[in-house]
Amino acid sequence: MKLIDTVQTSFKAVLSYRIRSLLIILAMALGVAAVVVLTALGDGARNYVINQFSSIGTNLLVVLPGRAETSGAFLGAVLGQTPRDLTLKDAQLIGRLPQVRRYAPLNVGEAELSAANRLRAVTVLGSNAHLIPIRHMVLAQGSFLAHGTENNAQIVLGAKIANEFFPRVQAIGQRVRLGDSRFLVSGVLMSQGETMGYNTDEIVIIPIGYAQAMFNTTSLFRILIEAKSHSEIEPAKQAILATVKQNHDGEEDITVITQDAILSTFDRILQALTLAVAGIAAISLIVAGILVMNVMLVAVSQRTAEIGLLKAIGASSADIRRLFFAEAVLLSLAGAILGFLLGQFGSFILRLTFPQLPAWPPAWASMAGITVALITGILASMLPASKAAKLDAVNALGKK
Amino acid sequence: MIRLTAITRTFHMGDQAVYALNNINLQITSGEYVSIMGPSGSGKSTLLNILGLLDKPDSGRYELDEKLVTDLSETEQAQIRRERIGFVFQSFHLVPRLTAAENIELPLTLSGVPSEQRQVRVDQALQAFELKERAQHRPAELSGGQRQRVAIARATIMQPSVILADEPTGNLDHQIGAEVMTLLEDLHHRGTTLIVVTHDRELGARAHRQIGMRDGEILTDQANETD
Repeated sequence: MKLIDTVQTSFKAVLSYRIRSLLIILAMALGVAAVVVLTALGDGARNYVINQFSSIGTNLLVVLPGRAETSGAFLGAVLGQTPRDLTLKDAQLIGRLPQVRRYAPLNVGEAELSAANRLRAVTVLGSNAHLIPIRHMVLAQGSFLAHGTENNAQIVLGAKIANEFFPRVQAIGQRVRLGDSRFLVSGVLMSQGETMGYNTDEIVIIPIGYAQAMFNTTSLFRILIEAKSHSEIEPAKQAILATVKQNHDGEEDITVITQDAILSTFDRILQALTLAVAGIAAISLIVAGILVMNVMLVAVSQRTAEIGLLKAIGASSADIRRLFFAEAVLLSLAGAILGFLLGQFGSFILRLTFPQLPAWPPAWASMAGITVALITGILASMLPASKAAKLDAVNALGKK
Repeated sequence: MIRLTAITRTFHMGDQAVYALNNINLQITSGEYVSIMGPSGSGKSTLLNILGLLDKPDSGRYELDEKLVTDLSETEQAQIRRERIGFVFQSFHLVPRLTAAENIELPLTLSGVPSEQRQVRVDQALQAFELKERAQHRPAELSGGQRQRVAIARATIMQPSVILADEPTGNLDHQIGAEVMTLLEDLHHRGTTLIVVTHDRELGARAHRQIGMRDGEILTDQANETD
């Protein structure tokens, strides 16, 4: 029997038992669709988190005071010292390192902003001009500490704040009061919405010196550093640790976090999550495979007389085996394709419903879903097909 | 040319061996018209199944057209069934989900005949058996006589040298049965060996050679002088 005829004959059988075929295809399809949608969800979550992390900067390193690791006896403690604060001097030393492109010292606090008879509490970031490019913030208008104005009392307003205080007039050039000091509005941030849990639309940025004076401190909250390139991140981290240690009398009392390390950790965790979810979905494919086996076994016993007849008119056992095998493969294939389309559609709906979640099913998941469906279908059809092939022709013909 | 030598076939009922065929020796020349008669359990159907290579004898030799077929592999036997033997059954054994034309086409498909040739041959067969209008009907929509005509068309589409008919009129009324027998006898007139198993004496008497069986043995073997 020719292959094309085998496939055609099996195809006719698939079409003849419509409800049965439809149910098997549906079972397979749901399994494949589950794999596709769930991996889309997992991968979407992964991409969401990674985008969020990437959006806070490029080749970013963050220096924070204190050590996040346990080590041997802290000599300073014996001498009655506390861990040293991060200072502007530390920041300047770091800024001179060859691996560092630019740095931004950072202080954060709360203060009351008043202007044009309005008043509200705002989050204040104290930093230098580099903060804006390092943190991937964009100025919609104006500038911040532009060349020649480094010592001016300038303030940059978040988009929402600018809109609240100066809804009708140009914000730039306006005078505002922050705490007890007066500032000149030099720039307005572009609206960016929420990233990493805080909203850049509702902050104000002032020069670091004014911020330290306002909050009465000489220490820094963080130092943000942008390395020159991706490959410079690790050398930069080592150089920063060494520099600050030297400046802190040989005490390694800071922690340097690289954006890269956080990213890859999240990436690993969420990748594992996606795989786990795909694995769970794949179980439904195994169940579908067992269903295919069941239904094919029933088909064999239902069609016993037909099998006997086929043998009588000259079908070999191999022909019979191939016929049932082809039937199961056709059903699995149809299920896999339908499932793939259903999964793509489901992911599309997901993306429509949650626009911020990039729920694109990864190609490997679709491939794996379809492959597992086909393999289970093929494995599940082996037993029924060989049972059909082994039927004794005389007995089979006797059945009706 | 069929030659059976010392064919024995036993079935086991519990621990008792029952001889369905006991040391059968039989020779049928090409083009003969033979009827095999006997009561139920006489072994006539087993004999037909062995002649049709559906069943294997426990011992003995079966030569078909000077070729020993008892030792052939399953695949080779399937090929002989496909090319040399045509089966006609009492209950027609049509595939219910296929149309008349598709049922007739089956042996051609199994033999790997190309699609265009299959269509031509099926058309010829439909014409010859007056089934042209019924070609696209399924067996359930056909009368008994039509179903058996489809079955005969299917059995002869490969132009086999032997037609094996097992009670071909058993499920048909007298008149339709007679028509079906005429069709089968036409095939015989064109040179095909025709072997009919029946317990109907009248039907058996139409054959030129009648073999009587009982308890797995050939009891009588006589030729008709007429025709």
